[in-house]
Amino acid sequence: MDFTVTDELAEYREPARAWVRENAKPEWAEEQHRRGDHHTPELHALLVRDGILGAGWPKELGGSDVDPGFASAVVDELSGMGIVGDAWATTQMVLRTMLHVSPPEQQRAYITPALRGELLIALGYSEPDSGSDVAAAKTRAVRDGDEWVINGQKMFTSAAQVCTHVFVLARTNPDVPKHKGLTMFLVPTDSRGYEAQPIYTLGGQVTNSTYYTDVRVPDSARVGGVDAGWSVMHVALVFERGGGRHGGGGPTLAERVASWAQTAMRDDGTMYYDDPINRERLARIALEIEVGRLLGMRVRWMSERGELPGVEGSMHKLWWSEMDQRHYGALVDMLGPDGGLQPGAPGAPLSGELERQFRSAVVGTIYGGASEIQREIIAERRLGLPKSRPAK
Amino acid sequence: MDLALSDDQLALRDAVVDLLAKESPPERVRAAEPAGFDPALWALVSGMGLPSLAVAEGLGGGGGSLVDLAVVAEEFGRRVAAAPLIEAAAATDLLAQLGAGALLEPVLSGDLLATVALRPPVNGVARLVPAGAVADVVIALDGEELVASRSSVGPAAPLAVPANLASSPIADRRLDDGERTVLATGPAARAAHGRAVTVWQALTAAALTGVGAAALDMGVAYVKQRRAFGVLVGWFQAVQHRLADVTTDLDGARLLAYEAAWALDEGLGNAPALASMAFVFCAESAFHAARESLQFHGGYGYTLEYDIQLYFRRAKAWPLAYGDPRREYQRLAHLLFEHAEA
Repeated sequence: MDFTVTDELAEYREPARAWVRENAKPEWAEEQHRRGDHHTPELHALLVRDGILGAGWPKELGGSDVDPGFASAVVDELSGMGIVGDAWATTQMVLRTMLHVSPPEQQRAYITPALRGELLIALGYSEPDSGSDVAAAKTRAVRDGDEWVINGQKMFTSAAQVCTHVFVLARTNPDVPKHKGLTMFLVPTDSRGYEAQPIYTLGGQVTNSTYYTDVRVPDSARVGGVDAGWSVMHVALVFERGGGRHGGGGPTLAERVASWAQTAMRDDGTMYYDDPINRERLARIALEIEVGRLLGMRVRWMSERGELPGVEGSMHKLWWSEMDQRHYGALVDMLGPDGGLQPGAPGAPLSGELERQFRSAVVGTIYGGASEIQREIIAERRLGLPKSRPAK
Repeated sequence: MDLALSDDQLALRDAVVDLLAKESPPERVRAAEPAGFDPALWALVSGMGLPSLAVAEGLGGGGGSLVDLAVVAEEFGRRVAAAPLIEAAAATDLLAQLGAGALLEPVLSGDLLATVALRPPVNGVARLVPAGAVADVVIALDGEELVASRSSVGPAAPLAVPANLASSPIADRRLDDGERTVLATGPAARAAHGRAVTVWQALTAAALTGVGAAALDMGVAYVKQRRAFGVLVGWFQAVQHRLADVTTDLDGARLLAYEAAWALDEGLGNAPALASMAFVFCAESAFHAARESLQFHGGYGYTLEYDIQLYFRRAKAWPLAYGDPRREYQRLAHLLFEHAEA
């Protein structure tokens, strides 16, 4: 056994830091939070300019010579500053899926402009009546000559306010079992009959409800075969779960808060850290973070060996999402009345970060397969327990 | 990064699995209660050199690693074997680290069974020492001195065991009752004892993951054959989801236990913190597993006839030998966050 983790991006860290110092503005993080869109167009343009967006993509599709390791290291540096790129994250998922399922002309039609920064794609899976049960989608697509006519509504179409397209899961055959009658389409957000309404969330993110009324798209906007949408979405899902987390080598939440707590004073003049209750909280948090790191390490290790970490991926996702809620809950408790102070409030401990994370951690156990779905996967596939939900 | 056991470790595990299937089935575990010591099993374990597995060959040990020992400990936990492997291994490691002459050889050869008092003695008495009822030698940190006390107690002449939850061979030991040898003093004594505690924690953590895994297996097997309201008990989501949580905890616990053993083998500075984490988390996870499995046995879980109670009691009581787990969190915080001196 060997638990050593080598930083395969080590050689890129310094150049990535230099790039970020040169180009990124620290205030972008706060602006992204304030707008709730988790996207910065100015940054996106810079990533295009320097070929960082195109790193690792085939040359004939517009890929650049930039080393993908450098590109990943830049993304790490940015997220270290609290700057994210949600719209590009979803776009990338769809583009990678297209590499697997699309003919060359469709790849050129979408991937090439996307790498030029002209195209961003949001995911349109969930609906008002279906979340975890995503295959129950009711949005309809009906063929009309060379076109498809789409009618329906999608929920939580995150980043749609900055995207040029939505990757829509639609029902093309209502007469077969629900998984078998679905097809994927790329719907431009400037289509006639398309409309988006903002959804404000507890964590501050502004997502969208998107509406499709007789929206017409050409057959060339179809991704994958007719009625093959479920398998296309599964390819995309692999990329969604493949994303790294807690990957950086920086201090953990427990270490950051513990070091703050060793100098920060409470109202009564005692240090937060001097209270044994808080030391226990912090030690427990550190322990659980380590367990999460190991469960994630196992997922990576299995992938590197060419194994499919299905149940193991579920365990990792279940663990960190539930853990985050416990941790931010405990840390907000630790702060007492100050724990409720929000970012921007005078005197908010750690700039209100714990309060904000307490709110945004709520969604971790819901998106990407709710905890209940993960538990079901573990119970059925690892423990061999019978399928408990109704079939069909 | 490599999370797989080596071929040698898999072969070692198979050998231990075979040994315990024959020599530590539930009937033998039950027969060894309440004293919690199976002399025939111990003779075999000691004869195979398992307690000295991780001692360098040059010193007369097996030349293996603590990860090897963790593999063995996990299987001992799975069978709740009535043999003080972990205590003997921690004591043997300590003596080997000190290169302590007179005691090392008989301990390595298995002629003497040694154990470590995890907690400081009070007025010359080490209280409720694990394996204290059967050990020839007790090693304790008595103030500034690390002492070995050899008395007439031993596997063949055990002390009476106070009735206890896990049926563990624990006992109070007077350090001046017999031959008292000072092994080290001052910082060297504290360091050696600290390492022994770390080794004990890491191996106990591995054993507890075995306890938890076996308890989980029992619960899963039970809910797959027992029916209620016309369906298998394992069909209910209330049961499935709780078992899924147990499974996730145990997978994490097992990784953590092996990481701690590996960190000790590598001589990493964070090994004590990892062992402490592994110890508290494996204890919580094992008990959680046993508790949930017992619950899903329904009324039968409360009877002595079903084996789940053997695991439920040990999952709770094995870690108690060290102390209140919540106090361990205080020590863990100190190890993790207070970087005053090297």
